[in-house]
Amino acid sequence: MEVKVKLFATLRDGRGKIVYIPFFDGITPAYILKHLNIRHEDVAILLVNGRDGEFEQKLLEEDYLSIFPPVGGG
Amino acid sequence: MKRYSRNHSCITEIDQQLLAKSKVCVLGAGGLGGYIVEMLGRIGVCDITVVDGDVFDVSNLNRQLISNNLNIGMSKVLCTYNHMREVNDEVKINPVNKFINKDNSDKIIKGHDVVVDALDNNNIRKIVFDSCKKLNIPFVYGAIAGWYGQVTTIYPSDQTLDILLKKASNKGKEKLLGNPSFTPALVASIEVSEVIKILTHKGELLRNGFLYIDLLANEYEFNKF
Repeated sequence: MEVKVKLFATLRDGRGKIVYIPFFDGITPAYILKHLNIRHEDVAILLVNGRDGEFEQKLLEEDYLSIFPPVGGG
Repeated sequence: MKRYSRNHSCITEIDQQLLAKSKVCVLGAGGLGGYIVEMLGRIGVCDITVVDGDVFDVSNLNRQLISNNLNIGMSKVLCTYNHMREVNDEVKINPVNKFINKDNSDKIIKGHDVVVDALDNNNIRKIVFDSCKKLNIPFVYGAIAGWYGQVTTIYPSDQTLDILLKKASNKGKEKLLGNPSFTPALVASIEVSEVIKILTHKGELLRNGFLYIDLLANEYEFNKF
């Protein structure tokens, strides 16, 4: 079982658009970010199955993440 | 009226009258704001408040529509006012030559039908949206960085801004990625189309989610919450 991680914009640099992380009981977005060497401050929007997610929430099998970096200019 | 003849029929006569009576507040007169005011004025929104305390700088010339070689150092909102007199003298531009903040936000946006985001930092976006909630005004959000942009329409009861900005820092990646000419033009266009749909009560809005634009990969993805 794997967690599908969709990366957007600059987070794709050196990582690709979609990454699969092996699932284990207790895996969290925070673990996945560390695994992918993504700092929390480089994450503006974290969606779990398309819904607002938390860094420390426990993921379930077949969950997928969407991770967006901050965009703030005008 | 011949000025608006090419608006028809995607904008009907009734829509045109609605636009002429509408009041729209554009926050920021830089990369997004210049395009937004220009497009709102050309389509026939006849009462536009534009808010920005900044002056044009040489570094704005690559993308900020109202900036030119002759107005460097001059007030962005006063230049926008003068520019729009030449574009459409039926449009009343209310220039507010100050930065919006916690103390003046309610007062500035009160009485408008829509508030349009052309700001460049997230802390002010949160303050403005609090005012929008209080005054029951829809907020059209837009943000850019490099090849990337985000747009959404947020009604006072929506949770969208909390989700977009909960983890976000005050500034995004734009300092690193810069802002080329084409991204603000695109994001501004989508913001204006949202404003027009709100004012004319037609079409489908980008609500309860956000449109993420990646021009480098040609991806346009609406992420619905």
